[in-house]
Amino acid sequence: MIEVCDLDKSFGGLHAVDQLSFCVEAGQIYAVIGPNGAGKTTLFNLMTGLYIPDSGQILLEGENIVGLPPEQLAQKGLCRTFQNLQICMNMTALENVMLGRHRHLQAGFLPSLLRLPSLRRSERACRERAAALMDFVGCGNYLRTEASAMPYGALKRLEIARALASEPKVILLDEPAAGLNGAETAALEQLIADIAAQGVTVVLVEHDMKLVMSISQRLLVLDYGRKLAEGNPDEIRKNPDVIAAYLGA
Amino acid sequence: MRHMHSRWGSQISFLSLALVLVALPFVMQNDFHFDIATQIAIIAATVVGLNLLVGFAGQVSLGHAAFFAIGAYSSAILTSRYGFTPLPAMLAGAVGVAVLALILGKPILRLKGHYLSMATLGLGIIIAIIINNEGWLTGGPDGIPVPPLSVFGMELSIFEQYEIAGYTLSGTLLWYILAAGLLLVAVWIAQNLIDSPIGRALRAVHGSEVAARVVGVDTTRYKALVFVISAVYASVMGSFFAHYSGFITPQIASFQHSIELITMVVLGGMASTYGVILGAALLLLLPQLLTDFQDYEMMMFGLILMLTMIFMPKGLLPTFQQILRRALRRSPKTDP
Ligand SMILES: Nc1ncnc2c1ncn2[C@@H]1O[C@H](COP(=O)(O)OP(=O)(O)O)[C@@H](O)[C@H]1O
Ligand SMILES: [Mg+2]
Repeated sequence: MIEVCDLDKSFGGLHAVDQLSFCVEAGQIYAVIGPNGAGKTTLFNLMTGLYIPDSGQILLEGENIVGLPPEQLAQKGLCRTFQNLQICMNMTALENVMLGRHRHLQAGFLPSLLRLPSLRRSERACRERAAALMDFVGCGNYLRTEASAMPYGALKRLEIARALASEPKVILLDEPAAGLNGAETAALEQLIADIAAQGVTVVLVEHDMKLVMSISQRLLVLDYGRKLAEGNPDEIRKNPDVIAAYLGA
Repeated sequence: MRHMHSRWGSQISFLSLALVLVALPFVMQNDFHFDIATQIAIIAATVVGLNLLVGFAGQVSLGHAAFFAIGAYSSAILTSRYGFTPLPAMLAGAVGVAVLALILGKPILRLKGHYLSMATLGLGIIIAIIINNEGWLTGGPDGIPVPPLSVFGMELSIFEQYEIAGYTLSGTLLWYILAAGLLLVAVWIAQNLIDSPIGRALRAVHGSEVAARVVGVDTTRYKALVFVISAVYASVMGSFFAHYSGFITPQIASFQHSIELITMVVLGGMASTYGVILGAALLLLLPQLLTDFQDYEMMMFGLILMLTMIFMPKGLLPTFQQILRRALRRSPKTDP
């Protein structure tokens, strides 16, 4: 599904992602772990077109996507959430999710200006899909709420709903459990499993080891932008480098 | 559902505006009142368009008077010197403005930050200089007369009386009706746009540009689109203003006029269509109420802009609505 080859990105003298290569199979839950500053978010920014790599390739279903802007990657079925929330606080919760359906709406300019019946129909359908997704991620009771009035945990799920609304083939989740309490994290674990069960490939950056170990099929451990280890949860648990550098600490 | 409410809400707001506009002629007592109301309607429609850019998409234009002036001068010059009738002249001005805004907007809107403000500020200054200096075409600092608006051979002049269906109507009343109708159309289109996927994408550009991009919104394209739309609003209203006034001067292209328009948006309430109409009305009425206002106009606008930003950053109408909502929530529920 995704193939990353010799990816490199520096900020000044800092090597944030260093000769990184890995492969994500379709349908997998693939986790990327590593201490703060390891380069996980930078990797996501590279994969979603927000940063341009210094060198290396990123293949999505065999096609090199390096240099494509985020909006074109979204069209190809790549979507993400953010570690620091990126919610449109000037909209309602539902509108945020409706925004996620943008690439599926062919609203012409004139139908929009004149609010023609075709537009009303597609908007109604869009609203229903968005509401169903909010139910799916567990924030169905915030349909009418302004995003700015929602609690943090609900906003994290709202962001996932917005990403799902774009009907991605691959979804990249950057620390979805950060700041959540135990019950919320358990619900999130179930949600991620449900998303994967629908056939969406999940790439997950997460610090919560219990969560990561229990739901991901494969893990990539980053340290100073380099691959420290890669394998299934058992292999990672037993890997001496990982224990020394990260889990043991 | 909340959205049903907001659609209902926007329909009620629209009807209220229509009612106010219909009621006004019964309250207004003389031509002077009609003149002010007509000017308010024309400028309000302009800032409804500007608000799409500034309030909803979060992109600041400090040179919107330039587009207003290009519309006005296109109408003046094409009708008086080149034999155009008013509507084609207005259309030509609007197309010219659209092309100019597109050429200017595409490269600038790619950049983040205050580039658009700076570029539009520059454009405003350049257009004002051109209008002042090219006297052979524009009449220069002295201004230029504009033929009256004529529709289907009928000239609409504020100095005439008209027989329509057995009633005698004054030109001032007809002009007011036309301007009020234009304002309603301007509001209707703006509200439709905001409620559409295009409007959602525009608001997302303001809310979180990166979020918009990762779900597939080509933000540069949408920013250019709304810049063009708001410029065309200004151009068309400039054309009407020119025909209504009968005489225009470079003052309408001035930086001061741009600041007036922005102040109306900020005072009335960014991203509030009805708020900015209120802003336009207040700022055009103020000079009538305070006779000294005109001498200190620039200073007063600066002061109003500053005070609003500090004490009421959401603007008049949204702040008022917020207070009202809180009061309603606090009051004890009477229903079972
Ligand atoms: N835009 C940027 N400019 C400069 N340095 C950056 C930028 N983004 C990330 N970095 C640096 O790159 C390193 C990796 O950061 P990041 O990818 O956010 O780590 P992680 O998500 O694993 O905590 C950090 O040292 C960070 O300071
Ligand atoms: Mg990070």
